[in-house]
Amino acid sequence: MLEITNLHAAIDGKEILRGFDLTIHAGEVHAIMGPNGSGKSTLAHILAGRDGYDITEGEVLYKGANLLDLSIEERALEGIFLAFQYPVEVPGVPNATFLREAVNSIRAHQGKDEFDAMEFLKWVRTKTKELDIPDEMLKRSVNAGFSGGEKKRNEILQMALLEPSFAVLDETDSGLDIDALKVVANGVNAFRSPERATLIITHYQRLLDYIVPDHVHVLANGKIQRSGDEGLAKELEKQGYSDYVETTATQDKAGASPA
Amino acid sequence: MTSVAASASSFLDQFTRAQQYLAASDAPWLARLRDEGISQFASAGVPTRQDEAWKFTDLHRVLRDTEFSIADNDETPSSTDVTELLPLDDGTTPRVIFVNGSFRPELSTPDRLPKNVTFESFRRKLAIEPAALQENLEGFFVPSSQPLLALNTAFMADGFLLHIGQAARVDVPIEIILVGGLSEGPVAYHPRNLIVLEDDSQATVLERHIGIGDDTYFTNSATEIRVGDSATLRHYSEQRENSQAVRVATVHSQVGHEATYETFELAMGGRLARREVSVRLAGRGAHCNISGAYLLRNRQHCDNTTVIEHKVPGTSCREVFKGAVDDHARSVFQGKILINRQAQQSDGHQMSKALLLAPTAEADMKPELEIYADDVRCSHGATTGRLDNEALYYLRSRGLAEPLARRLLIESFIKEALDEVSFDALRTAWVDEVASWLVRKDEAAA
Repeated sequence: MLEITNLHAAIDGKEILRGFDLTIHAGEVHAIMGPNGSGKSTLAHILAGRDGYDITEGEVLYKGANLLDLSIEERALEGIFLAFQYPVEVPGVPNATFLREAVNSIRAHQGKDEFDAMEFLKWVRTKTKELDIPDEMLKRSVNAGFSGGEKKRNEILQMALLEPSFAVLDETDSGLDIDALKVVANGVNAFRSPERATLIITHYQRLLDYIVPDHVHVLANGKIQRSGDEGLAKELEKQGYSDYVETTATQDKAGASPA
Repeated sequence: MTSVAASASSFLDQFTRAQQYLAASDAPWLARLRDEGISQFASAGVPTRQDEAWKFTDLHRVLRDTEFSIADNDETPSSTDVTELLPLDDGTTPRVIFVNGSFRPELSTPDRLPKNVTFESFRRKLAIEPAALQENLEGFFVPSSQPLLALNTAFMADGFLLHIGQAARVDVPIEIILVGGLSEGPVAYHPRNLIVLEDDSQATVLERHIGIGDDTYFTNSATEIRVGDSATLRHYSEQRENSQAVRVATVHSQVGHEATYETFELAMGGRLARREVSVRLAGRGAHCNISGAYLLRNRQHCDNTTVIEHKVPGTSCREVFKGAVDDHARSVFQGKILINRQAQQSDGHQMSKALLLAPTAEADMKPELEIYADDVRCSHGATTGRLDNEALYYLRSRGLAEPLARRLLIESFIKEALDEVSFDALRTAWVDEVASWLVRKDEAAA
């Protein structure tokens, strides 16, 4: 599904990823854990195609093709989905309109008929029920004034509607209470299938109690330091990341944005 | 500076030549009024950017190279030709139609107006009952900063007169359709309009400005509005002049006790268009909402200038202007709110935001608050910005093609202004209009 080899990436001349390698097969759930500033969010946005990163070395193959050649929307159409750590507020654009445009863009790409407003609403309601999302959230502007939990549920709703092949969840657990965490975890577990793969990026082990990963990796200083199974996550929870952090390195902020 | 004189003198020559035509039925008072108009215009000239009120809008530059002749009141083009260009008649909406500034009774349906509401054309009223117009025309406040209004006074020949009787409630919008661009050669016309709402009445007036073809013309209208006590006027304008049109629309509105004047223009047309709205909140509890939206591309220039004067206590105003400016187009907003010393407990809100879609696009804003009362609330904001890259990234990351993502963001930006339109059917139609303008723009660029 995804094959990242020796990836080096920089923002404004500062190297964030320094020889990152990762291979994910269909059907697998991987978790990347790491301290703040290790490059976790940078990796997520590079996969989604955000502007502002310089890829200085390495390659990313998605379903055997060069992912980095594709535009942001082409990646989405080809089945890549990023659940944002900080979902963007888009005042004035109704959530329902946005979701329908997104679903129809992908359906059109797949050669399927587009949904009209009524058909779409019917279908979206089957998903909102599962995710405990009130209708009122569809009428409001995209993420505008949503609470942290509402924003994260809205991300998982989009994942459920867009049915991607490969989903990246960037700190989806941050800022969620335990009930919201369960709702989100149920959404992700429902998404699991032999044809799909998931990459969970998280600082804490908490979410992994509900979504059990096949592989766990520790990312620090721009590359994978160690890989293991779910037991590694539990070990990190006890011992922290101090073993993996170079004390001299000045760390970049988590989710660093390109200028 | 010689070219300034040249530009003005072309109108002065025209005035001399037009005397016979204009003065056909002129009463002495009207002839005097026209003379005052032309001499005031002659001393001011066509505004240049040296004039403070026209600092951002170079009217002189777009007028100087063209010799405009006066639009004749003839019957060309034919009624059948014009009918094809008009929006479909729904069979119930009262419509009055003007072509090149002249009323066309055979195309109009003022008979659909409810009783207690009357329409008359300016030209006919002047012919049959000039005395009825004298008070209004002489009383039209003409500040020296409005040379175009003076020019209008000199040349005014036709226009619409609407009278809404006391306590009349008009549910359907009254449509005034003004078609330009159908003349042979460049013409100028100077419509003079009057809307009077007697006490306790309500009405909705929708002007549709439609420009045909791509020949230049100059329309310079002046509209006087009086909203009586406890009356409500919703006054809308859809501006689609053609791409070579030069348009100046001057509106003066006086709002009475507990009365409301709401006006909104959706501007999409014209090479250069300026709408200048001055409102006098003259009765306690008077309220006005002066808002607008504009969509500009190529080298279009659109100017919204407003002056709101709070004369008495307890008056309120609201202004929301938003627009998208692409290519080499330029938008101008000048908004003045004047709160007199005695106008305590007044409330003012002004907001102007422009979205620049190209690095070559430009927006100029000049908010101006003059407050002499000490117990008032007044807020204002003027911003110019570009599309939010983070929002674009987010929408595209869900599969929306970049042009679609951009359109959604622009639509939502403009919609905040359209929300000021209280007439639901029109607001809905204009939301669609904005969407199709954006699609046409993308198709033209492709």
